[in-house]
Amino acid sequence: MADSSTPRMKPRPLSPHLQIYRMTLTMAMSIVHRITGAGLYFGMALVAWMLIAAASGPNAYATFETFISSIIGRVILFGYTWALIHHGLGGVRHLVWDMGRGFEPTEREMLTLATLIGSIGLTIVVWVVGYFALGGLR
Amino acid sequence: MSLRNPQFRSAARRVRGLGAAHTGTGHFIGSRVTSVALLFLSIAFVAVVVGLLGRNHAAVVQILGSPLVAVLMLLFVGTTAYHMWIGMQEIIIDYVHDDGPKFAALVANSFFCVVIGVACVFAILKLSFGV
Repeated sequence: MADSSTPRMKPRPLSPHLQIYRMTLTMAMSIVHRITGAGLYFGMALVAWMLIAAASGPNAYATFETFISSIIGRVILFGYTWALIHHGLGGVRHLVWDMGRGFEPTEREMLTLATLIGSIGLTIVVWVVGYFALGGLR
Repeated sequence: MSLRNPQFRSAARRVRGLGAAHTGTGHFIGSRVTSVALLFLSIAFVAVVVGLLGRNHAAVVQILGSPLVAVLMLLFVGTTAYHMWIGMQEIIIDYVHDDGPKFAALVANSFFCVVIGVACVFAILKLSFGV
């Protein structure tokens, strides 16, 4: 009989994982969807900071504004804008797939490429509009 | 006796026939429904934030406290808190396999989402109702 201290487990077959496959665009965007989701998760702390600061008073809001208009703040805000738009468009793609559509090789490549190009394009549009809302570049 | 003692059963035997936990589908649907809502609410959120750019504190308070903006922001932060709770839970379950760290991460996820949600909601209500 087998030793009672060692569980009698047959090694189960494992499916090949990421390192086995050639990286494809859909794979990369699947990972990016998750990374942007995690980024937005922690980015919500920034949204909470903005709202709490505004509710706390002029001094607290000034502190937030100093941070967000600094170079680091702007880079984070730019990244947050892109992450939000990319995660949103990626979500639309996943909703299309949830409906059982868009699985043909060309369709899924086009959908995935569209989310990437769309997210970069829309991020630039939002920032251009944002700078115009501020009264142009300064 | 020995057959009833889970210690003597294989991992597969312990769970075979029990089926799924029957709660996963709810999270799947919740994630999708909130994602559809967030498509619209995120557009509203970005529009509000762009509208706040470069304004002084008094103007920011006035905008965030106006009924339409406040309701949209409340819907955005509430829906987001739930959506991100499900999403991070999925990430944790995928990558953290040891019971202790997994439990700690899941609890931390719940705490973080509730704190973010409550902080945002309280701030918006305070901006709306003053004091």
